[in-house]
Amino acid sequence: MAKEMLNAKRLLCPLPVIRTQDKVKKMNHGDILEVVCTDPGVMQDIPAWCRINGHKVLETLSEEMEYTIILEVG
Amino acid sequence: MSKQRKAVALISGGLDSLLAAKTLLEQGIHVEGINFFTGFCVEGHTHAIRKKDKDKPKRNNALWSAEQLGIKLHIIDVIDEYKDVLINPKHGYGANMNPCLDCKIFMVHKAKEWIKENDFDFIITGEVIGQRPMSQRKDTMPIIAEESGADDLLLRPLCAKNLPMTLPEREGWVDREKLYGFSGRTRKPQMALANNFGFEDFAQPAGGCCFLTDKSYSDKLVDLWSARGDKEYDLDDIMLLKVGRHIRPNNNFKVIVAREDGEARFMQGYKKEFLNMNCASHRGPLALIDGKPTEEDLIVAAQLVARYGQGRDAEVVDVTIREKDGNERQVQVQPFIADKIPQEWFV
Repeated sequence: MAKEMLNAKRLLCPLPVIRTQDKVKKMNHGDILEVVCTDPGVMQDIPAWCRINGHKVLETLSEEMEYTIILEVG
Repeated sequence: MSKQRKAVALISGGLDSLLAAKTLLEQGIHVEGINFFTGFCVEGHTHAIRKKDKDKPKRNNALWSAEQLGIKLHIIDVIDEYKDVLINPKHGYGANMNPCLDCKIFMVHKAKEWIKENDFDFIITGEVIGQRPMSQRKDTMPIIAEESGADDLLLRPLCAKNLPMTLPEREGWVDREKLYGFSGRTRKPQMALANNFGFEDFAQPAGGCCFLTDKSYSDKLVDLWSARGDKEYDLDDIMLLKVGRHIRPNNNFKVIVAREDGEARFMQGYKKEFLNMNCASHRGPLALIDGKPTEEDLIVAAQLVARYGQGRDAEVVDVTIREKDGNERQVQVQPFIADKIPQEWFV
């Protein structure tokens, strides 16, 4: 099981979703991806994208102006 | 057993594409969504930059639509490829810088490529004859099918009965009788169908889903091209046209002044890309300086920044000028008096 990070800071949605989508395509089932963003919209959009594409959100963190989503590739 | 047919639906996040996809799902077609991000898409998030819009839902409507439909959504970044559509539209622009017909041809063409790569059978869109003045007319809809290369693989479920039969209908993959014959600008048939399908909360963007249909945004884009002497742009350029007050005192530079905290927060992310300034002696907005200003220009910019801060009525205001590398210095300026700023400076 690999663990990877994605820096999507400064990007406005849907770009963080697109970058997540492109990254996940290269990962395997069960791998973990941590996405760090500055657009608060990701807190809705990345979980929505995960739900419709069969991935699992393990944790969401919100600190100051940074939003982190940890997901498991489905 | 007959083969499960697969369609890709262009999902904008609006009601029509939602209904078109649902219509085909009801016929047992496997549908997945595709959404193209041009950089000019109006999203809840773009509005959410501004604090005053914080009550607007911060959601991506295309993702929301896909979730309502229970389908996968593929969001494709076409920012670079889209430049040619915007800069050289074969069919010209609409009321502003919106190349709607070329845009639709481009997107359907991309969808055609996608179905070939992913072994899908046909494409559906939420287009309705007469719904939009440029891209959704009886005479332009065949142009989209033809010039995109999709031809009779392009099915418009909401107005199919007003159009020649497509391959999915001729082959019996789709029952034409269960498609619709909507036309014109009225939204009543769509609202009734939404009601039938049980959709209650859906996006209804008044000016479409593209910033290029907006006059103010288009004016800023034209100004950017005109000042630079060419029509190139990058993502940062077009994102920054969405925020702030844009003031161009001279062709060689432009001042982008944050209008409120949300914009200032967003613009903070550009401090390493742009020379920037803000008031030091009073509370005031962040401003980014685009272009190649002279020292004299920077004083003008500082006076503008001072005018939009709390020191606007002060005799003098200290303004911090920050270089891209973080080096900073202060200048003392007299704030511009509001009505002394030439109107033609406002982009």
